[in-house]
Amino acid sequence: MSSAVDAPRNSRSFARSASGSGPGVRLLRWLRANLFASIPSTITTLLLALLLARMLFGFVKWGVLDAIWTVPGNDTSACRALRGTGACWAVIPEKYRFILFGTYPFDEQWRPALATLVFILLFYLSSRRSLWRRELLFIWAGALVLVGVLMWGGVLGLSFVSQDRWGGLPVTLILATFGLAFGFPLGIVVALGRRSKLPAIRSICILYVELVRGVPLISLLFMASVMFPLFMPDGVNIDKLLRAQIAIVLYAGAYLAEVIRGGLQAVPRGQHEAADALGLSYWRKHRLIILPQAIRHVIPPLVNTFIAFFKDTSLVLIIGIFDLLTTAKTAIIDPAWQSFSVEVYVFVALIYFAFCFAMSRYSRHLETRGQAVW
Amino acid sequence: MIQTTPKVRPRRRIRLSLRDERVRGWIWQIVVVGIAVAVVAWLWSNAIHNLSVRRIATGFAFLGREAGMPITDTWLPYSPRDTYLRAFIVGLVNTLRVAVIGIVLATVLGTAIGIARLSSNWLLSRLAAVYVETLRDIPLLLQLLFWYVLMQGLPGARAAWTPIDGVFLSNRGLMLPWIQIGAAQLWVLAALATGLVALFVVRRRLVLRQMQDGRSRRVWPFALLLVVVLPALVSWSLGATWSVTKPELRGFNFAGGLTMAPEYFALLIALVTYTSAFIAEIVRSGIQAVPRGQWDAALALGLRRSFVLQQIVLPQALRVVIPPMTSQYLNLTKNSSLAVAIGYQDIVSVANTTLNQTGQAIESIALIMLAFLTVSLGISLFMNWYNARIALVEH
Repeated sequence: MSSAVDAPRNSRSFARSASGSGPGVRLLRWLRANLFASIPSTITTLLLALLLARMLFGFVKWGVLDAIWTVPGNDTSACRALRGTGACWAVIPEKYRFILFGTYPFDEQWRPALATLVFILLFYLSSRRSLWRRELLFIWAGALVLVGVLMWGGVLGLSFVSQDRWGGLPVTLILATFGLAFGFPLGIVVALGRRSKLPAIRSICILYVELVRGVPLISLLFMASVMFPLFMPDGVNIDKLLRAQIAIVLYAGAYLAEVIRGGLQAVPRGQHEAADALGLSYWRKHRLIILPQAIRHVIPPLVNTFIAFFKDTSLVLIIGIFDLLTTAKTAIIDPAWQSFSVEVYVFVALIYFAFCFAMSRYSRHLETRGQAVW
Repeated sequence: MIQTTPKVRPRRRIRLSLRDERVRGWIWQIVVVGIAVAVVAWLWSNAIHNLSVRRIATGFAFLGREAGMPITDTWLPYSPRDTYLRAFIVGLVNTLRVAVIGIVLATVLGTAIGIARLSSNWLLSRLAAVYVETLRDIPLLLQLLFWYVLMQGLPGARAAWTPIDGVFLSNRGLMLPWIQIGAAQLWVLAALATGLVALFVVRRRLVLRQMQDGRSRRVWPFALLLVVVLPALVSWSLGATWSVTKPELRGFNFAGGLTMAPEYFALLIALVTYTSAFIAEIVRSGIQAVPRGQWDAALALGLRRSFVLQQIVLPQALRVVIPPMTSQYLNLTKNSSLAVAIGYQDIVSVANTTLNQTGQAIESIALIMLAFLTVSLGISLFMNWYNARIALVEH
């Protein structure tokens, strides 16, 4: 492997800067520099090309050439006959409504669909730098209320849908987004507490952060599903989804606190001193001077943390909450479609990938371009 | 942690407001601690009440009772007649078994892919980038279920897939040839380990003496003596025989050799591939963090490229890499708890079964948390020690 390493002397840049005398020559020169620069490099290229071609051919044969796209009714015998050699994509048109929206009343499924769009719009608006102002808070509050109205209903002529019928993509988005929306203020408070000069407050914050970060999310979710009812007084019965949401908020709070603490440490000490010199109180100093700077510093890691939550919400499968992954797993319990889990998993993986890839691209864009603006 | 000058600042203020600030601090602390204590006490009293209503005994006495839970894939001897405590220990060992081997494999694979991303070969670096991007952006649990479904879809034991003679891949898991290990073989392995440690010490001595007089000394005679001759002597004197057993098909399953159950194998693949994507990014940024001048200076001295990479760039990259690597190791260990989703019996899975059988929810979850906190603390301490050891000694 080490022979192929050429970190600093990046031959790509040489190839670009060299003046080519025509597209053909330039292409040849590029190929020479980037694929066939030396004998080991040539061998690597050929072996990889062979491997890639074999894998691509196998995938295209399974996923396209030998695949079945529709079946009559619920008769999957044609798919069964092909098992192992060809994909049965017919399972997707058959089950996609259930995978995306779970057991939400079929005729009302435009509501979770609209809620999903609201979330996507919210993410888009939050990514606009021109909107990184206090108004964004109102946009978030408005969007979350709108999602609640759409999902629950009961007002504006919408019929009420209880949350044990919610499922699929909106539940995943709700768990992640509400986790961020409530975990973020919690994280700010805990991060400030961890930097506080008051020993009792500092120790409580350190205990909380280290305890939550030291254990797996599953144990927190188990706590929410099994232990939480034990800790409530008689007659108080909190819904399962809400309990999982609380666990995710507590989990998110601890991780966000560490991210925000990093931002607080990056604010120069002179800013603290200047604010003190103006006679600002602790809270006014942090609200007006310190936090706005600290949070701007940590927006890229905040996006990365959000990607992690978005993926981690899939763990609610283990305590039986109907998020996107659980609905996918449930969709293939149907005996007729039982053996086509790979196709369903590929479909769901594409949805997760679309969200996470967009966010990680955005975060990288902020990291490379964003510095100059601040 | 930045403001540490409380004595200088209050000079400009009058005494009353100084006292005021201190008093405010005390009031804040008392209020916050009071609220925390009240909440915990309230939750605790509710729990005591609910437990007595449901007739669940508190405490860890249940650990001494017979578990009656089957655990198939274990390293320690275990039967369902054993106690819950034993079941928990077996589960913990299963967790460590997947975590330790996973960490080693993920480090190797991740480093290789991280270096491949920096390759001057366009195809290699593109493929490595696609690997990283795909695996990072799909939830681990989904990948785990996917691998498990693929394992279950493999042919049965009779039609097992055999890439190399003696290696079988079927829906019963992965079967590998393995050396039979008895007491004599363990002694030889112990001699090998001792030899390696001794070699490490000798090498440090030689380097120290080279630093004094500038003459380089040969290491390989010591290596030969300590790592090859010593174990061979022990093996010969004990009369140890080294027979490799290959798995063989008997009836519907395999016998002999080393068996990796499908659950274990799926979990290991999922953890290793997922974590290796993150490690690859860490390794890449670590290598890129080494200033270009280091390469130029080393090459100007006429050193070989592979020597520069090994002796100059990688040691410097290592310092940048250790802290994020530690958190990836911790993540892998914590993620191994996803085993419960596919039925590999790690500590979380054992605790979950215990919880369903006995109703001892608080105790079972407390045991999971205690186990993970201990393991996390252990990994953190080890990595901090390692980090301090390789840190630059500044004058």
